[in-house]
Amino acid sequence: MNTSAPSPASAGDIHSFPPAKSLLSKIRNAIGLDPVLCYQCGKCSAGCPMASEMDLKTHEIIRLLQLDLGERLLSSDSIWLCLTCETCTTRCPMEFDPAAAIDALREIALREYPDRVPRSISAFHSAFLDQIRMHGRVFEFGLVAFYKLRSGALFGDVESVPGMLARGKLGLKPKRIQGIQEVRRIFSQCATEKPR
Amino acid sequence: MSRIGVFICHCGENIGRTVDCVRVAHNLENVPGVVHSIDYKYMCSDPGQALIKQAIRELQLDGVVVGACSPHMHEKTFRKAAAAAGLNPYLCEMANLREHCSWIHEDRERATDKAIGLARFMVEKIKYNRPLATIRIPVERRALVIGGGIAGIQAALDIADGGREVILVEKEPSIGGHMSQLSETFPTLDCSQCILTPRMVEVAQHPNIQLLAYSEVESVEGYIGNFQVKIRRKARSVDEIKCNGCGECQKNCPNQKIPGEFDRGLGMRTAIYVPFPQAVPNIPVIDRAKCAFYRGKAKGVKKAVCGKCAEVCGPKAIDFDQQDSFVTEEVGAIVVATGYQLYSIGKAQESETLRGYGEYGYGAIPDVIDGLQFERLASASGPTGGKILRPSDGKEPKTIVFLQCIGSRDRAKGIEYCSKICCMYVAKHAILYHHKVDHGRAIVFYLDIRAGGKGYDEFVRRAIEESHALYLRGRVSRLFRNGDTICVHGVDTLSGEPVAIDADMVVLATAMRAQPDIASLAQKLSISYDRHGFLNEAHPKLRPVETNTAGVYLAGACQSPRDIPDSVAMASAAAAKVLGLFSNELLEREPLIARVDQLACTGCFHCERVCPYGAIERKQLKDGKGRVIKIVAEVNQGVCQGCGTCQATCPSKSVELEGFTDEQVYAAVNAL
Amino acid sequence: MRLGYFPGCSLHGTAREYEESLKAVAAALHIELEEIRDWACCGATSAHATSRTLGVALPARTLMQAEKQNLDRIFAPCAACYNRLASAQHALAHDATMASQIRSILDYSPKTSVSIINIAQLLSAQAGEIQKNSKAPLNGLKIACYYGCLLVRPPEVCKFDDPEAPNSLDHIVSATGAAPVAWDMALECCGGGFSLSRTASVVRLSRAILKSARSAGAHALAVACPMCHSNLDFRQQAINKRNRDGEAMPILFLSQLVGLSLGLDPIQLGLHRHFVSPQPLLDRIGMGKLQPERREQV
Repeated sequence: MNTSAPSPASAGDIHSFPPAKSLLSKIRNAIGLDPVLCYQCGKCSAGCPMASEMDLKTHEIIRLLQLDLGERLLSSDSIWLCLTCETCTTRCPMEFDPAAAIDALREIALREYPDRVPRSISAFHSAFLDQIRMHGRVFEFGLVAFYKLRSGALFGDVESVPGMLARGKLGLKPKRIQGIQEVRRIFSQCATEKPR
Repeated sequence: MSRIGVFICHCGENIGRTVDCVRVAHNLENVPGVVHSIDYKYMCSDPGQALIKQAIRELQLDGVVVGACSPHMHEKTFRKAAAAAGLNPYLCEMANLREHCSWIHEDRERATDKAIGLARFMVEKIKYNRPLATIRIPVERRALVIGGGIAGIQAALDIADGGREVILVEKEPSIGGHMSQLSETFPTLDCSQCILTPRMVEVAQHPNIQLLAYSEVESVEGYIGNFQVKIRRKARSVDEIKCNGCGECQKNCPNQKIPGEFDRGLGMRTAIYVPFPQAVPNIPVIDRAKCAFYRGKAKGVKKAVCGKCAEVCGPKAIDFDQQDSFVTEEVGAIVVATGYQLYSIGKAQESETLRGYGEYGYGAIPDVIDGLQFERLASASGPTGGKILRPSDGKEPKTIVFLQCIGSRDRAKGIEYCSKICCMYVAKHAILYHHKVDHGRAIVFYLDIRAGGKGYDEFVRRAIEESHALYLRGRVSRLFRNGDTICVHGVDTLSGEPVAIDADMVVLATAMRAQPDIASLAQKLSISYDRHGFLNEAHPKLRPVETNTAGVYLAGACQSPRDIPDSVAMASAAAAKVLGLFSNELLEREPLIARVDQLACTGCFHCERVCPYGAIERKQLKDGKGRVIKIVAEVNQGVCQGCGTCQATCPSKSVELEGFTDEQVYAAVNAL
Repeated sequence: MRLGYFPGCSLHGTAREYEESLKAVAAALHIELEEIRDWACCGATSAHATSRTLGVALPARTLMQAEKQNLDRIFAPCAACYNRLASAQHALAHDATMASQIRSILDYSPKTSVSIINIAQLLSAQAGEIQKNSKAPLNGLKIACYYGCLLVRPPEVCKFDDPEAPNSLDHIVSATGAAPVAWDMALECCGGGFSLSRTASVVRLSRAILKSARSAGAHALAVACPMCHSNLDFRQQAINKRNRDGEAMPILFLSQLVGLSLGLDPIQLGLHRHFVSPQPLLDRIGMGKLQPERREQV
């Protein structure tokens, strides 16, 4: 069916259907499951530990995906609040995988709306991945330090450092693995797969 | 030389749009043997049929080919028209130009060529058709009804009232089925037992009904009009003739603490018991697994451990040595009304494809109950006398959360169908709860409300508007024990709000499932079932109470989830089918069945092994002095369904299927 | 028994007591742990949350290393590492596009037949041995077994225990002589990787878990994940400071409980490294005083 003809529905603020964007097909390809499976029972949101902090609950995320309303989805904080606890995926009566869909959304959001990622969360992920890129492993002292620099939360948790040191839990010298070049190659290859 | 008439139907635009019917008719004119070939807009219409009849009479046709729709649709129409004009109906055939041609093709030229081919095919075939005569077989005009729930009761009563004998077989000690366990019924809230028990008594008193309770169908032989059914009468350990139903045995049984099946484990029964006071027949049965006498005997104790019931029985009806017995009945029709079982909320599921609900505690939390348990709590004859009380501590619950779609519409748990009755019974529960508990709060988690039916949606609105049930749209994620309450974690998807409710009781609206032993019964009856175990009807719209085995009919929830009104309607429909069958002494059927050439038959009986219907019998051919010359195959005309497997298998080519003989098929294929 | 061993980053840092106790228990049960040479981080949440390919490629490299070392079983004590390794293996086996992507990145295609074992699988198979070798059975201790998310979910990846009503940890705890309590928060998320970036969420979620364990009468929680441990132990200070929920709840790694029942030295098991002192627990089973905290060379 040809939908290119302008329709009265596109006037004003109401979304015209079907939307021209194709986020839906990207997600479908990425996770190998069709969001059309979802019948909006909300069991995912009901069991989600972060639901009370999300403006879009899990089932609403899937609904917006079904409607292919990409911008609203990708610019929302909610996708970044998912802990990947997999409760939704485990209990979904339709055997959909909301956790995987959210991961796929984050990957796209990172490319298309990098400045909409909540600062503390993007700071953590960057600091964490930097550690792996630098050493091949996560060196926790470095992780905390890098995170603080990136997030700007300089003083949080500072009081716990002595306790950590006293318990022998914080090493001060990072060790680098021998195959670090291999790890860096993985990073660069994964990065080159992304468009732009 | 044949005198064949060809009649090409346009079926309005259905065929005419894609097939050039005029060209087809013209082309067929030139086929040798064809003396008349025309096209017409609607051949099945009265004027269309008149054209055929007129041609038969005026041109002395000896064969008619109608190029139209599928023979499933109008073969009967045209054969009757042919017969009315004096032609043997089996000399009329149809070429399917619609389903096999116009509906599935787009190119008009090529579709027309194909239509010509299909018509020529039939013309060549019909040259070898023989006049055939309808087969008539005698009918045993008594019926068997399997299952004594409301569907079976209704079917039995309708057939019996129609003047025919009925044998009603019920596997439980009493008839009544699930309906006898219900408190009230939607959407009118009449008391279930009040409307059911008169029917049960009627069964017991009806002169045309022979009730065999605590019995099961062991085997079924024969065919429509002539079934032989072997029935196992399970040992009750009580003589049904001597017992007067006084109930002394139950009063004196020392084992009083067995969770009763009728009360879904919420009430207790004895080892010798009648499932409920209005049971029909009112004869107790001994549960041998629980009875001290039998347990002692099983352990090898020589002296009788207990015999209380026998001691107190006035008419001396207790018979510890009773064995299962068998009776064989001849019937002409069978109505299957075996009902359903409820989805089990426990961890163990009897089928590998089913999963339990670990997130709801697999039903291990005592105040999480299923819908039928709630019925028992709400029932005046139930374990609490109709008071809604928690199983754990007997307190009155102030908040009850009802969860719909448990074990239905849930692909991950193995059942994706809608159980159909749950929306309605939950609304009923909410109303009953509101009636019985003053300030009780009913909260219902639903997915969609499916209340199609007379007065049904109004009933749900009544639960919401008058009984103040709070309906939240969503599935609950998990139940948490929280002291002596149950914390229900859900979401209302309409507002997007996560909710956590402290409930005193949670009722899981569990789904209807097929009976667990349906496969073995279906095998005995040669009927099919779907992957969930529900029995298959012959046609989902036009033959809803028939099966693919002639003479076997379906009623109630054995076919799919159904409520009481639907089950009763279906039972009456099945009864009407049975009475229709019984209205003649002889049964007519199409003669398109296999025929054995007994001179050519070598008696290898390959046909007997491959016949899916068991229609091949062995017949001794004798000489003049009565000596057996050879044993040959013979086709039972009542059983054969005309599938042709025997014909394809026979090494000596001595079986032919009437209407599809080798001669006919070769001639037809050669025409292409 | 020889097992490939993938400690993961935490066990060499904030969760070093997990490794210490594991090594002690493994020695006592005659399990030989052979560390995967030159392993790299599994990528944890940060990898899969930002790039699905990265989230598979990093663990796939570890699978490759293990194969080169001829290890057919990998023991990953950290629940998060276990989950990432198992998920990567699942993706390699079921997603052909992903498998070919990984093949071109690593220039190697990891077999999907290596079995990946978590601590619940390892120790529940050893429950008989644990019981047999028990020198100081933990009679009288009530333990809330906390499974968290990553041991059992998603079931098609983990498939070793019931995802909604698991019992493998309870089985192990029973073998130590302690009694697992019945409680309902064993599968709820503690806040996972948000410890630094959304501490308030972690506090909210972990507090609910601690409250539930407390009201079920538990003396301590047994965990199998360094991240859970950190959230429930380290962050418990903040939780207890802000709320009056009751007594502090010691959080022990499963291997520490098993070690105690085998009669191993509490210091060797790293019990002195927790923020919430397990001393009340030790008192309950008549063990001595933990030595005062010591500053250690790293």
